[in-house]
Amino acid sequence: MSKKNEASLSRRQLLRRRFFRNKSAVFGLVCLMIVVFLAVFGPSLSPWSWNLSDENGLDFNAFTESPYGGGLTAPSFDDGHYFGTSQVGADVFAQTMRGLQKSLLIGLLVAVFSTSIAAIVGASAGYLMGKTDRALMWLVDLLLVLPSFLLLAILSKWYQSSGWLLLVVLLAIFNWMITARIVRSVSMSLRERDFIRAARYMGVPTRKIITKHLIPNMASLLIIDGTLNVGGAILSETGLSYLGFGVRAPDVSLGSLIAEGTASAITFPWLFMFSGGLLIITVLAVSLIGDGLRDAFDPGSRSGKKS
Amino acid sequence: MTSQAILQIKNLSISFPSESGMVQAVRNVSLDIYPGEVLGLVGESGSGKSVLSLSTIGLLPNSATVTGEVILNGRNLLELNDQEMSKHRGKDISMIFQDPLSALNPVQTIGHQIAEALLIHQDISYEQAFQRAGELLDEMRIPKPFERAKSYPHEFSGGMRQRVMIALAIANAPKIILADEPSTALDVTVQAQVLQLLKRASELTGAAVVLVTHDMGVVAGLADRIAIMYSGRIVEEGPIEQVFAKPGMPYTVGLIRSIPRIDAKQKRKLVSIAGSPPLPVDLPPGCAFAPRCPARQDICETKLPELESLSGEQRVACLRKDEIQNLIATGDLYSTEETSTIDQSKSGETILSVENLSKSFPVFKGAVLRRRIGSVHAVDDISFSLSEGRCLAIVGESGCGKTTTLLEIMNLVAPEKGRIVVFGKDVSEISKSERLALRKDLQIVFQDPFASLDPRMPIGEIIIEQLQVFKVPKVEQMARMQELLEIVGLDPAHANRFPAEFSGGQRQRIAIARALALNPKILILDEPVSALDVSVRAGVLNLLADLQKKLRISYLLVSHDLSVVQHVADFVAVMYLGSVVESGPVDTVFNHPRHPYTQALLSAVPIPDPVAEKTRERIILEGELPSPMNPPSGCRFHNRCHVRQTLAPKDQEHCATTRPVLLAQAGNLVACHHPIGQ
Repeated sequence: MSKKNEASLSRRQLLRRRFFRNKSAVFGLVCLMIVVFLAVFGPSLSPWSWNLSDENGLDFNAFTESPYGGGLTAPSFDDGHYFGTSQVGADVFAQTMRGLQKSLLIGLLVAVFSTSIAAIVGASAGYLMGKTDRALMWLVDLLLVLPSFLLLAILSKWYQSSGWLLLVVLLAIFNWMITARIVRSVSMSLRERDFIRAARYMGVPTRKIITKHLIPNMASLLIIDGTLNVGGAILSETGLSYLGFGVRAPDVSLGSLIAEGTASAITFPWLFMFSGGLLIITVLAVSLIGDGLRDAFDPGSRSGKKS
Repeated sequence: MTSQAILQIKNLSISFPSESGMVQAVRNVSLDIYPGEVLGLVGESGSGKSVLSLSTIGLLPNSATVTGEVILNGRNLLELNDQEMSKHRGKDISMIFQDPLSALNPVQTIGHQIAEALLIHQDISYEQAFQRAGELLDEMRIPKPFERAKSYPHEFSGGMRQRVMIALAIANAPKIILADEPSTALDVTVQAQVLQLLKRASELTGAAVVLVTHDMGVVAGLADRIAIMYSGRIVEEGPIEQVFAKPGMPYTVGLIRSIPRIDAKQKRKLVSIAGSPPLPVDLPPGCAFAPRCPARQDICETKLPELESLSGEQRVACLRKDEIQNLIATGDLYSTEETSTIDQSKSGETILSVENLSKSFPVFKGAVLRRRIGSVHAVDDISFSLSEGRCLAIVGESGCGKTTTLLEIMNLVAPEKGRIVVFGKDVSEISKSERLALRKDLQIVFQDPFASLDPRMPIGEIIIEQLQVFKVPKVEQMARMQELLEIVGLDPAHANRFPAEFSGGQRQRIAIARALALNPKILILDEPVSALDVSVRAGVLNLLADLQKKLRISYLLVSHDLSVVQHVADFVAVMYLGSVVESGPVDTVFNHPRHPYTQALLSAVPIPDPVAEKTRERIILEGELPSPMNPPSGCRFHNRCHVRQTLAPKDQEHCATTRPVLLAQAGNLVACHHPIGQ
């Protein structure tokens, strides 16, 4: 009976088993879960709100009692300012949690979008060759020569009025081309391999060959690319926010918080320390998970082998 | 042997560190090499034969831990540093590598490379050395040697490069020539030439040759003495005739009897050695072969047998060495039954026919302005047909167009020229859905099981992939997968493992199971065993034979190995440069070849029997396969043909100008103006 069960394990179950055997990946997953938990429930843990226009947004006590004469009280648990307050008396904890929410969403979504586009476009171009290849590569080259930062800046008026989700889409659109080119060249060499040929001769439809054979065989490449993109996306959003094109006040993201905090990083470290720390933890956790996923996908790797 | 050994290997052990522990590549090996002899060092991949030969020339990687002695002229070579060793390399011991292309420097001329080797050990001028290089090339029968000495390696073909390597090896008249799989990368007809030259090299210089190989046939034809390695140890050693006639170790017995023989009168089931060689890490305390041995006793697993004398100079490492001959006589060791051959008289329907198929590939030149400078006629006007339940083999050397033919059939689209008819349907006229339906009945097993299985898919899913395409219900898929794994002799519990965890033979079984998933009527086999180790080959061949009997599948087999063809096929078509030169039933074609090329091909195949191999007459073809880009005029074989040389000038001219067509000749179809036996 047990033998039968083992035989009928699907690939997904196998992947899960191999993934959970990897300690650092599980650690990364736990970290990410804590970060996500904070992002979701963090705001409700504090009596203060991130929104300055809200009635709980500013602490006038903190503003007047501070030894520095402004806001800027140091972190303490007594008054509910776990991460301290800012120059105007806004609660840093509440702002950081809100920023984390935004940055996580932006980072993860951009990574998923851009890597998926890269995988599909690259694999289709490389596998199908001919006209499809030429058309898709023409598009890639076109997007590559467009100055993306400038375009984002110009388009910022438009996306700021229609919400941050458009920012995600735009960031993703300008981010997938180089990966797509790499994916294309890998696909071109994979398509000549016997197992792809065998699938073709078995009558497996093209769509399935791309999704079931080509993309899994590039999984490590795509996963690494995806994890790098999470960090990259959070950082480019930071850059845009810093220049005033990304997430704009009063809304906050980790990037805009760090940008604000760096000015007084040495004197009032709590202004940027927490947002910076969370950024590092997030990116690190995502890349540990990425490593674990790659090992789980790749039967040749050592860590997931004993199945 | 009465003379003094020139090289003595004493208690040599070599191990390498690896991530999973120390790899014991060679374990306590002692071996003497005598002047002028040819010693065959035989073993499967991973048996330590290459490491052993590299250790004597001091080319082991630094990470290796070596204990023991290698004594040449009273000096232990293992104690020498690299600089001191260099004085011996080339002068006393020289080496011929498997791949001559990577062994030669591509940016220097052949002559320069040989001259360089001469100048290191001899006090002569460069001009003299270059002159000598030309002479050496002449000794190796390279046409126009002094002109060719100025050529670069890429201007030579594979066989020619190997001749250059042999010339390089004998340049300084060494005492020992180590030849590591010297003919494995070459075609059969070229292999025969190179082996003959190796023998000649040994006669010219009086050097001992250590022939490292996995091919028992090659050893049988060339070697005087044989040493068989298994899992880092020599398990049997002795004069070759004695070892082949009365092997004393079950592994040797299995190895000899697992090889199909081209001169076999009756088709016997091949002996298949169960399992696969052990990993060289954490070896068991007893005999390493014990888990696979049919004569195993409990003591074999704990006591390590020493290499001891059996009779005369034959030494065997087996606890039951004295009983082995009796066991063979009583049939207790690897009993083999005759295979019941399929009833030949009942001719089935023709299910696949290829008529006048041609396929050419354009050749381009120029980086910026690409222009077509010609085409390679990979397949040129061939026809054959396959009937139900039969096995048709296409044989030929590499580049003769056999694989192109298979791929043309598998593509199921209209060919460049000619017709392909599968189950009565012309593939150029079928619709997309009909083509998909045909894929159900027509499946392929590729040559290399390491490339043909998706490394990212568990084998269970690989096997049922086609069932998913044809929307078989999920429950049936699982049942069928388990059934298929059992059919090919694998444990259904391993269905969720990845291909990387299986050995080559097991992978090929998986590939066969995948091809069988929907009960195809035709199975195309592209060199199904050539990538496998000798001892597991027999298992796969037996499996294919059983399946054919059980399921009445028709096979279209492509192979360069004629003994495999002889064992498996009913009909054979011999291809040369894109066209069929002879076809007919296997027995008639192989026993009475009519075409000179078939005859030469058959005579080039080594037979794993030293007595038969050394006495039979060989036809050694001159030259190599011409480029298919501009094939010779008239009969494509005419410039290599040994029969043509005996003809009158007028007939010779006829061969060079008029292309023969396939005509019926006593049961075979032959394309020759002067078939043999007329």
